[in-house]
Amino acid sequence: MRNVWTIARRELYSYFVSPVAWVLLTIFAFLSGLFSYIISASFVRFSLEGQMSGQSGPMNLNEQVIAPLFSNIAVVGLFLIPLISMRLFAEEKRQGTIELLVTSPVHDVEIVLGKWLSAVIMYAALLVVLLLDFSFLFIYGSPDWKPVVTGLLGILLQGACLLALGTFISTTTRNQIVAGAVGFALALVLWILNWTTSFGNSDTVQVLNYLSIVSHMESFSRGVIDTKDLIYYLSMIFLGLFLTTRSLESLRWRS
Amino acid sequence: MIQVEGLSKKYARHVAVDNISFSVNKGEIVGFLGPNGAGKTTTMRMLTCFLPPSEGRASVAGFDVFEKPFEVKKRIGYLPENPPVYPEMSVQDYLLFVARLKGVPNSELKSRTEQVMERCFVADVKGKLISKLSKGYRQRVGLAQAIIHNPDVLILDEPTSGLDPQQIKETRRLIKSLAVEHTIILSTHILPEVETTCEKVIIINRGRLVATDSVERLKSRGLSNAVQVQVETDGEGQATVRQKLEQVAGVRKVLDRASATGRLAFEVESMPERDSRGDIARAIVHAGWNLIELKSTSLTLEEAYLQITGAPSTGEDSALVDGGVQ
Repeated sequence: MRNVWTIARRELYSYFVSPVAWVLLTIFAFLSGLFSYIISASFVRFSLEGQMSGQSGPMNLNEQVIAPLFSNIAVVGLFLIPLISMRLFAEEKRQGTIELLVTSPVHDVEIVLGKWLSAVIMYAALLVVLLLDFSFLFIYGSPDWKPVVTGLLGILLQGACLLALGTFISTTTRNQIVAGAVGFALALVLWILNWTTSFGNSDTVQVLNYLSIVSHMESFSRGVIDTKDLIYYLSMIFLGLFLTTRSLESLRWRS
Repeated sequence: MIQVEGLSKKYARHVAVDNISFSVNKGEIVGFLGPNGAGKTTTMRMLTCFLPPSEGRASVAGFDVFEKPFEVKKRIGYLPENPPVYPEMSVQDYLLFVARLKGVPNSELKSRTEQVMERCFVADVKGKLISKLSKGYRQRVGLAQAIIHNPDVLILDEPTSGLDPQQIKETRRLIKSLAVEHTIILSTHILPEVETTCEKVIIINRGRLVATDSVERLKSRGLSNAVQVQVETDGEGQATVRQKLEQVAGVRKVLDRASATGRLAFEVESMPERDSRGDIARAIVHAGWNLIELKSTSLTLEEAYLQITGAPSTGEDSALVDGGVQ
């Protein structure tokens, strides 16, 4: 466990002394701020119009602001996550520092977990910015806090799962750009898999829909933790980390 | 300390290391010598558990690299050809990280780091980012990294490559000072480096082990049993002198050699294991001639090396003598 933390800590050091972390934080703060402003503004406009016309329907902050905000942030995440994970192993391979890690008395699993953990912490740091956006909703309104918590959990799990896959991709190349591009393509594919639902409701479509990464966010953002979704995320994380460990081992056999 | 038996590394298309066996005793400092691409790095990577061997066994401090890599890694300090440093970290933070990674207990982190920084002369740049350091300093940080957990065995892959002559001198001195507590294998393609720092040499060429011996013995190994003789006579010709020399006890063969005017030169080859220089000198003096020169043809390590690896000698401008400018 000490080794995992040693590696994760060094990784975070690199994120935060290089511009990576700050650029990502800035971009995320800007985008999440923009989305929460647009969504809240239209919510306010709707409620005003409703009051004026005298036919105010039921307005709900959770359903009309927080849930859509979460699904937007989930998509922003798809774009930013490959930027977090692409450097993890590609950089080590390019610099040759992978030789230091692999010849040190640490297990491959510890290296992989450390790397992944640092990426998840980096991603969680982005989500802290999101809390700032939500705080305004709590100051000026009184939304239910539970869907906010489950939604954040869902976003974090979705990120952790894409980061695990991204970490794997990063072990396959020494070029960060390649790792980033492939990671992004994979995230995109996992996202649009649920578009197939428009083609009907056959078994294939249902399987593809289950595999799609964003379809599992919906119940989380409504405050429901579904075991089905939880299992999906956890097994994807496991798959990603398993592949990463295997790929790291195979480096020695191939190089 | 290090035992290697029949070690091979085979790839789909070529054999990088072919059936190498050698052993290194505790406290020895061994030079791993060979031309570029001979398989030095591959062998070292197998010893450090970075690459698994295709065939054969290797053990470090009694632990097999394949079966007990974890134990081996704890006891090895490794400096790859390019120091494995993170450019965005400061020297001190980097060394603290490596110390943690190598399992140095928390209570000793600070003191160990301070110690190796002093030892490797990087204490004056400890707060600097590694990306701002010169190649020489980086190499020293790499060495500091390799010894931070006080390993039994140090494996250094071309520790002086890319350094200027002054830095090469300092690095060699540093390595020698480390040899007191550590067993060291260092690879190089620069001969003077082996002559000045190592006690023992392992020469490999095209993946095969071609020689393993002490530096002294290796030098004498290339020694042919022949002496150069120059004689000044009172008019007797080449043939007369040759005849006289051929009669000396223990001489096998006498060859004529070109010489300055007024002198006669020969190459006299003795029977194996026999030094007949004394007899030759006596014979010449007895005949009333002047013995101008009598010297044995001892090879330099470079000549021995070239002879052993079968590389064509290119004379003084050979890449092997120019101090390793890559």
